[in-house]
Amino acid sequence: MSNTINLTLKIWRQQGPHDKGHLETYEMKDVSTDMSFLEMLDVLNERLTLEGKEPVAFDHDCREGICGACGAVVNGIAHGPMKGTTLCQLHMRHFNDGDTIVIEPFRARAFKLVKDLMVDRSAFDEIIQAGGYISVNAGQAPEANTIPVPADKAELAMDAAACIGCGACVAACPNASAMLFVGAKISHLALLPQGRPEAAKRALNMLRKMDELGFGNCTNHTECEAVCPKEISISNIARFNREFIKASFGSREK
Amino acid sequence: MKLDPKVPGGPIEQKWDRHRFELKLVSPANKRKFEIIVVGTGLAGASASATLAGLGYNVKTFCLHDTPRRAHSIAAQGGINAAKNYPGDGDSIWRLFYDTIKGGDFRSREANVYRLAQISNEIIDQCVAQGVPFAREYGGLLANRSFGGAQVSRTFYARGQTGQQLLLGAYSAMMRQAAAGKVTMFPRREMMDLVVVDGCARGIIARNLITGEIERHSAHAVVLATGGYGNVYFLSTNGMNSNVSAIWRAHKKGAFFANPCFVQIHPTCIPVHGTYQSKLTLMSESLRNDGRVWVPKKPGDKRPANEIPEEERDYYLERKYPSFGNLVPRDVASRAAKEQCDAGKGVGPTGYAVYLDFRDAIERDGKEVIEKKYGNLFEMYERITGQNAYETPMMIYPAVHYVMGGLWVDYNLMSTIPGLFVLGEANFSDHGANRLGASALMQGLADGYFIIPYTIGGYLAGTALGDVNEEHKAFRDASMEAEERVRKLLSLKGHRTVDDIHRELGHIMWEYCGMARSYDGLNKAKEFIPALRETFWEEAIVPGDGKQLNQSLERAGRVADFLEFAELMVDDALSRDESCGCHFNVAYQTEDHEAKRNDETCCYVGAWEYRGDGQPEILHKEPLVFEYVDLIQRSYK
Repeated sequence: MSNTINLTLKIWRQQGPHDKGHLETYEMKDVSTDMSFLEMLDVLNERLTLEGKEPVAFDHDCREGICGACGAVVNGIAHGPMKGTTLCQLHMRHFNDGDTIVIEPFRARAFKLVKDLMVDRSAFDEIIQAGGYISVNAGQAPEANTIPVPADKAELAMDAAACIGCGACVAACPNASAMLFVGAKISHLALLPQGRPEAAKRALNMLRKMDELGFGNCTNHTECEAVCPKEISISNIARFNREFIKASFGSREK
Repeated sequence: MKLDPKVPGGPIEQKWDRHRFELKLVSPANKRKFEIIVVGTGLAGASASATLAGLGYNVKTFCLHDTPRRAHSIAAQGGINAAKNYPGDGDSIWRLFYDTIKGGDFRSREANVYRLAQISNEIIDQCVAQGVPFAREYGGLLANRSFGGAQVSRTFYARGQTGQQLLLGAYSAMMRQAAAGKVTMFPRREMMDLVVVDGCARGIIARNLITGEIERHSAHAVVLATGGYGNVYFLSTNGMNSNVSAIWRAHKKGAFFANPCFVQIHPTCIPVHGTYQSKLTLMSESLRNDGRVWVPKKPGDKRPANEIPEEERDYYLERKYPSFGNLVPRDVASRAAKEQCDAGKGVGPTGYAVYLDFRDAIERDGKEVIEKKYGNLFEMYERITGQNAYETPMMIYPAVHYVMGGLWVDYNLMSTIPGLFVLGEANFSDHGANRLGASALMQGLADGYFIIPYTIGGYLAGTALGDVNEEHKAFRDASMEAEERVRKLLSLKGHRTVDDIHRELGHIMWEYCGMARSYDGLNKAKEFIPALRETFWEEAIVPGDGKQLNQSLERAGRVADFLEFAELMVDDALSRDESCGCHFNVAYQTEDHEAKRNDETCCYVGAWEYRGDGQPEILHKEPLVFEYVDLIQRSYK
């Protein structure tokens, strides 16, 4: 049932943020096409370990496409060639015998490289800290059904809330903009009645923080939507822009 | 030492209220003077950090990942239970309490489970207010669905991503407190040890995974919310980084470990397909609502599923359990699948799989209806296996999913070390010998949002804690030990990779301490594990150095702990002379091969005390007393 293929991998190796990096070539023989992409890297790492070399560092955890830890640029595309798929859910049956695969980290000014394919995405946490929440302490909440939410609004909010914070949108954007990430959070909360009281402040503060951290602006390349493993729509960026304009002109928030 | 669960007196409905009244309070001005360490940022850790900070405590929160939002709670699919009774179908706090006790096969503490059911409703209120986008009816009110082990619809859900949405809710609440300066985040840190001063937990030793630095962090209390140890089996549905290390170190510092052999094996996972496989993927339990489970009647039948005629198929769950059919609880369904495969009737390339067939459901309801209900799951299945489950049946097999065992805690969620609190999957908690679906999320958030904020106050207000700083001898000693341990691991330059040894440990545990256990098999495991531990320390390779990011070193440390811990699991399984819930000892079964409890001698929580390397651990028993429910034989026939 299972087929095997031979591959040439070119993987970005970089010891640390201040070291110079380079692409290293590895030949992979008899790769089972049932493997996931990360399992293929596991096999390589086992081999490197046995050869006394340092394995390739990469972030990963759930391997179910939901934690957002994994991600690399594969042949120029963040998370690789399959649409709506994280790297951990990409399987080798989508590659052909003899393929050369180039694997590089997500690159953006705001994502400092840690090692090899690992980058520091803590900038996303800082953006969320700037307003990506609803202020309610445990115990303050009213009975849940006192806040009805129209089903279509709840669905749209859920579409946006599905973001896994992987950073592929930033890596794919020529401006390294985080507008899709921020737009998704703004939309999720702005669409819900619970999120309205803080909507203006949230839009202004999150945008300001995004700029401050060195993310670029949106110039409608829509690369972010194309690579998003959760297929989050750029209409969330439009909603973010509307929220920002409303906040700038229609509220007292600064 | 006598285990005191500190269950408050009075009728069960009033225990929690009464206890909250009796607990001492810390005044707002004094809360500012206390520091609390929280390790882990899943549902329990994130909700605890946010709430404690919201109350005014200074919280230091640690996680392994680059950001706290990645904890494995995020992968929970199905939902979260609450006794809201919105559908008006007869649910109540009592019923949720009873279902949970019964589902756990009567091996949990009544008062804790009742409190969990009471709090369940507040959790939904809290999460809705935070903006968790739960599924809604067209009128805008909250929707519910049903789950295994219950006859009412009490499960709240956000598509198939309920865990993600609840975790992001707790995470954002914690980020709000980080912005306010009340939570200090320490990402990419691994807890190396617990620091105990004058008998009380006063801090931790952590390793900075980026720089390799061994750090000392002091506090007035320590909260562990570090999840479960399912990865002791190598393959499980857990995240790759989930581990036992934090609670194991705390155990070695004096915290008793309760019911370590209670491991839930989930019946519907994608089967193992190769030796390179790194983890198993769960397919939601909800699939069993419409899918029919079967195997060929003839052992070794290798024909493709669609060529096997109806009369040659054995729908064994429907045959054996006519009233619950394909919806029997998880432990029952898992064991039945194993039984079929062991009889040679398993399917797929390895023979370790059974079919989950939607043919009849598609014929009955049409493909569109099935697609609407389960489309994302079919898609996930195809992504992983390359097969279209609308055309050929899915293949599934049980996989390790959740652990009911964990550090022993009293009613206050405090371990046997004063000042060390344990929340979520990391404690032995409220699920007894088997957890019902959609109850893990409930427990994690109950512990973090609504229990620890009260009980930790009671501890801090009622305990005289001296000043302890990071130069204290206990910190120096613990950090030196941690450094020594790192050095020792890095000196391993053998010829086997850590993963290879971990995989072998997984085989031993799966074979002898898995779905069906026997005294013989457990005794074998007791020989194999120490031998493998020796192999590890002689033959493993750990490349690289300790002064920078080194993922091999991280894994090696965790596997070294699993190799110690595995033996305790086996001891625990050996000590429990009965079958109950997930723990199935073949010596104790009914004529129909169902788990046979022994309420006379085994109605207890088994809590193990560590006494030093190479010393056998001592088993302490906390008797379980049932005042409000009758102990009955579970029957799903």
